[in-house]
Parts: sequence; structure tokens; C-alpha cells
Amino acid sequence: MSASTTVTAELPAGRRAPSGRRNYARHYWLFALPAAIVVAAVIVFPWIFTLYMSVHDWKVSGATPFVGLENYAKMLTDERFRSAIVRTLLFTAASVVAPMLLGVWAAVCFANNFLGRGIARTIFVLPMMATPVAISLVWTMMFHPQLGVLNYLLSVVGLPPFGWVYDTNTVIPTLVMVETWQWTPLVMLIVLGGIASLPQDPYEAAVLDGATAWQRFRHITLPLAWPFIVVAGVIRMIDALKAFDTIYVITLGGPGTASETLNILLYQTAFAYYDLGYGSAMVVVFFVLILIITLLLLANRQKEITA
Amino acid sequence: MTRARARLHRIAGKAGLYFSVLVLISPAVLFFLWMLSLAFKNEADNTAYPPVFIPNPPTLDNFIDVFAKNDFLSYTINSVIVSFSATGLALLLGVPAGYGIAKAKASHAAVLILIARVTPGLSYLIPLFLLFQWLGLIGTLTPLVITHLVITVPIVVWIMIGFFEGLPGELEEAALVDGANIWQAFRHVAMPLARPGIMVAMILAFIFSWNNFIFGVVLAGRSTRTLPVAVYNVLTFEQISWGPLAAAALVVTAPVLLLTLLMQKEIVAGLTAGGVKGG
Repeated sequence: MSASTTVTAELPAGRRAPSGRRNYARHYWLFALPAAIVVAAVIVFPWIFTLYMSVHDWKVSGATPFVGLENYAKMLTDERFRSAIVRTLLFTAASVVAPMLLGVWAAVCFANNFLGRGIARTIFVLPMMATPVAISLVWTMMFHPQLGVLNYLLSVVGLPPFGWVYDTNTVIPTLVMVETWQWTPLVMLIVLGGIASLPQDPYEAAVLDGATAWQRFRHITLPLAWPFIVVAGVIRMIDALKAFDTIYVITLGGPGTASETLNILLYQTAFAYYDLGYGSAMVVVFFVLILIITLLLLANRQKEITA
Repeated sequence: MTRARARLHRIAGKAGLYFSVLVLISPAVLFFLWMLSLAFKNEADNTAYPPVFIPNPPTLDNFIDVFAKNDFLSYTINSVIVSFSATGLALLLGVPAGYGIAKAKASHAAVLILIARVTPGLSYLIPLFLLFQWLGLIGTLTPLVITHLVITVPIVVWIMIGFFEGLPGELEEAALVDGANIWQAFRHVAMPLARPGIMVAMILAFIFSWNNFIFGVVLAGRSTRTLPVAVYNVLTFEQISWGPLAAAALVVTAPVLLLTLLMQKEIVAGLTAGGVKGG
């Protein structure tokens, strides 16, 4: 909080500033009121109602008896839920590491001035702007084992055909590849924004001292842009945990349940089996999981800054 | 001698840079070229092995086919209505809210927006689905517009907070001294200054609403499908005809890709500032 609000809050009620220069701070919340009402209705209400549903046996029709923590207890013994958690964490870890490495590399490249930078950057950003369903469809066609272009390209360079999303062993890595293709641009943009805000003097000094490009990256860019890289990593991780559209369209959790992440299982539970109570409990656990990981990462960042 | 070496070094560095950029953008380039290729080839070429890369001759049959077999026109209208309404409402609500939060320095309100960003889109759907069922709204476009606010309002508020915080406050203060009230200071001083920010917020909110799939899958009925949902249904019914499938995919995403190419500066600015993403 800023100093000005603290000061105005301490002013006694009778000692308002003279008219014309009145203290308006207390009225600014009115601007946010309509949005706050809508946010309460479409965002906060669902949160609270989800909590409520999660302690009831709630199917789409019929009675909805209170069952306490039964839905949560069910998760502990639910093999499908446990594998979904493990799968989600694996998918997330890989879908953070690969885009982060590529994204930082891309940001360092795009931080340079070169001919065609604008258009190259725009093309690079296209995957994350394109409609996820549309790109998922095209990927699906490319993964086709016999007629897909990817296996043809592999055969051209003398490699055997790959299973892509049709093999239980390769489906997760393949989906990670799609996720990486789609979301590396966001990492790049956030880190690029950070690099663009860095002071130029250390670089000029380093060039005079004969530092190589790698040394400049390792000892100047990386430490100075680190806070931005952490932010990009946290955002990437949250988005990877929440990945839905591409997995839903390309595999629907298959083959079998080999790519069924938490979000897909959640969808199936709530909207294919209509077990809304159990689905709600999963939402709560999922949300807590996301919040914990986010807070851990942010706390870690705080420590590094204060250290 | 050393000068020549330094020059050589610079040229090598430049070449390395161009090579890196080429490697980085080629997956996107090849992907979208292949998408175009699939959409403009005839069916025989699309299932040929080895694959035919360049449509010869390019055909529009796939597009004609997709529009003939599906009611894509009405799905397009649905998408336009939902995305425009959700974006318009979000601007009406979010621009003043961003201003209020920035001016009052209410960081706890910003945290709420952040949490909304973190929450999986699915988690809103279970309670809202029941609510809309109870209100008898399933099968109309209203639930879609309302749920799309979940995406658009946080984007607009978030971007506008950042934008209004970056504006110098002196002009508004001058207006206040001259006797304007805070609404007038906002409406006639701050808002015109914030027009580029509003533009950024509008474009991003629109794109992420247009792209949204998950809300439509659950809430849309047969006649209220948005384009992404309609295209997904083409997949389930036409697994093998790739041409129409790619054409449909292109129809959905072409407006977004064009907007990105035309408005790249605004989009990059908005994404860099907020790290926003829909759903």
C-alpha cells in the first residue's frame, strides 16, 4: 500500500481538505462497484457454491444429501484420480521446462535488433493466439500414423514411424510438444518485456571488456531478468496445470486413460457421468493444488529478492 | 588484424542470430503452411501418400463443403454475438473498475483478479451450469455471454489497472481543482488518455473470448454453438475428410490470426504487461 492512502486514512473526519481539493480516494471504489457485483456473481459465487456442493452427494437430478467429507475421502482410494494427479504433475513439469528454455532463448534473440524482427516476432506469437480447437485439429491430422505428415517426414530422414498420440507411451510427450509449441511465445513475451526494461550500461561495459555473448547472457541478462523469468515460469505452470482444450480435442484423455489429466477427469466426472458432488470436490483439491504451488514459487521468489 | 577478427566475430554473431530465429519460428511457419495446404487441397491429394505439399490446383471445394454440410453461418453469428457482447460488457465494467482500483491503490482487489486468472475455467462451470439450468437459460446464448465475462472482465480490469497506474495524475488533478467531479475527471481526462490501453484490452478480451471452447462445450445447445464447438463437432463426424476439417479450422481461426498480424504492437504490449490468457 502506498503512503498517500495511509496518510489520508489517519486524517480525523472533521479535518477534510478544503473543497475543490477534496480527498476523493474514498470514492474511487464506486468505479469498481459494477464490476465487483458481476465478479461476485460469476466468479466468487461459483467458488462458494462449489465448496457447498463438494460436501453433498450431488447428481444432476434427485435429492442432494449432505455427505460431509465423503467425496474427499473417495479421492484417496480412487485409483483413476491418483493416476490423473501423477500424470498432471508429469505433464506440467515437462510443459514448464521446455517452454521456459525455448522461451528464454527466443527472448534473448528477439531482444536484438535485426531486419524482419517485427514480422518474425508476430509469426512466433501466432500459435498462442490461434484458436486452440483449430490448431488441435490440424495437429491431430499431422499425428495420423499412416497418412500423417509427421511420420512421412520421419521416414524421409530414415527414422521409423512414431506413435504420437496413438501410443500410451508417447501420448504425454506428444501433448507436451503441442503445449510447448503453443505457449513458448507467452514465456518469450514476458521475458522479452523484462529484458527490454534492463539498463544498457552493464552491456556496454561488458562489450568493452570483451565478454562473449554467452558471458553477457549468463552474468548480466540472466540475473537481472530473473524476476521476469520467475513470473513467466509461474504463469506457465498455472496454465500447464489447467491445460484442457488441446488434450480434450486431440485425445480426450486417451488412448484408454493414458493422457487423462486432472482437468479432463474433472470434465468427465462432472459432465459425462454427471457426478457433480464428486466433481466439485475435485475442483476444490485442484484449486488448492494450484494455489499451493503458486504460493510456494512466489514465496521462493520473495526469499531470493530479500536475500 | 584484431579489428578484422572483431568484424568476423560480429558477422558470425549476426548469422547465429538469424539461424536461431529461423529455428525458433519454423515450427509455427511450417504448421500454418500445412494448415493452408490441407484446406486448399482436393480430397485425393489430402489422403495421398507420400503427402502432396502444394495444392495443385488450389480448390475452394473444402470451404464450400463445410458451409453446405454445416450451419456455419449461424454458428459464426453466435460467436460474433457472444464475443462482442462479452467484450463490450467487460469494457463497460472493467475500464472504470481498473481506474478505481488504480486510483484507490486497492491492491487486494487486484489480487482477486489474479486468483480469477489462476482458477481453472472448468471450476466455474459446475455451479453456473446448475444455475443456468435452474433459471431455464440453457439453450440460449445468455449463459455463454455471462460465462465469457469470466474471461473478459479479468483481462480488461488487469490491463486497465496497469495502464491507469502508468498515466501521470497531474491532468486529472488540474481538472479536479477546476471543479470537475471524479466521474468527469475520469470520463473527459483519464479515459481519452487511456484509449491505447482500452484498445489493447478490447483486442485481447475479444480474441480470448472468440477462442474459448470449454464453456461452449458444456453450455451450448445444438443451435447456440459457437464456432470452436461447431468445428469440434466436424471432427467427430468427419474423422477422415481432412480437407473440410482443415477448412473449418481455418475459418474459425482466420479472424484471430488476421487481427494478430494487424494489431501485433497492441497485442504484444498487452500480453507482455499482463501475461493474460483466457479460461
